[in-house]
Amino acid sequence: MRDFSLEQLERYSRHILLQDVGVEGQEKLLDAKVLVVGAGGLGCPVALYLAAAGVGTIGIVDNDTVEISNLQRQIAHFTKDIDVPKVESAKEKMLAINPELEIRTYQLMLVADNIRDIIRDYDFVIDGTDNFPTKFLVNDACVMEKIPFSHGGILRFDGQTMTVVPGESSCYRCTFRSPPPPDAVPTCSQAGVLGAIAGMLGTIQATEALKFITGAGSLLTDTLLSFDAKTMNFRKVQLKKQDNCPLCGQSPTITELVDAEQAVCSL
Amino acid sequence: MAKTVVVDAEKNCRGVGCPLNMVYAKVELAKLKSGQVLEIVLDDGPPINNVPGSVQKEGHEVLDKKQLEDGSWQVLIRKA
Ligand SMILES: [Zn+2]
Repeated sequence: MRDFSLEQLERYSRHILLQDVGVEGQEKLLDAKVLVVGAGGLGCPVALYLAAAGVGTIGIVDNDTVEISNLQRQIAHFTKDIDVPKVESAKEKMLAINPELEIRTYQLMLVADNIRDIIRDYDFVIDGTDNFPTKFLVNDACVMEKIPFSHGGILRFDGQTMTVVPGESSCYRCTFRSPPPPDAVPTCSQAGVLGAIAGMLGTIQATEALKFITGAGSLLTDTLLSFDAKTMNFRKVQLKKQDNCPLCGQSPTITELVDAEQAVCSL
Repeated sequence: MAKTVVVDAEKNCRGVGCPLNMVYAKVELAKLKSGQVLEIVLDDGPPINNVPGSVQKEGHEVLDKKQLEDGSWQVLIRKA
């Protein structure tokens, strides 16, 4: 067993007290590596909660700098951080919460050429991206590298999330075959989003990562969880791994990654 | 107690309040193998009233509780 310092025992006491986490679960968290894709509305709460939880190594990917319009929901970024790279702003807050972690920043765009090399080193990936092409890219790369991940999306008052364990549960493409055409979906900057729902969905994704690492409970695998914050109705739809999925089915047609045309949208 | 219990680990939690004393108990139990025994000393009051019950809820067995001269309690716990 790892030697916990007194400070660590106190810091993580509320996890250690949980029977489903305990000393062993906290050790797993400290040994775990999680990659957060996107330091925006979803990525911010995810990154802060994973840091607070003591996930030992956290990678965070985002190519953008902080803009004033981000601050309504991207809670790791403060007014003083405008024009600062989002990954640096997020790293500063994560280390302020928990200085003992290793935070790796990737200020770049995830594309077909670099994504597999980046995700390969991680135990779990959080998709906090804001556009369909990148969501499909994350799904495809994670399935190819067999890395479990949490899909998440928010728009207006709505959120949806599912967890994918490649080889075991249905992937994003089992249900949503291909990205919608770039002009078919409103970009979020046009559609708007209620800031707090980024926290609602992001904390669900962070919870899935913590459950996966510790083995506590059961995951949102083969399940699409969605909510409408206007009514606060939550709904779970059962999904099934599809034999004819072009990615994880029996005769896959997608065997390598390609970059799709992006409708850029800033969640 | 009539029969002698072999103690495999000891932890003095005098002066340690709730819930950190339970955290210490879990850390010490995590180091033991199933069937081994932890002797833990807990303060009178909330510690002795709470920790043994919490330990039992996690499936471990409380073998004995004995109040010591200074008012604290010596508790023997067998790991599940
Ligand atoms: Zn699939």
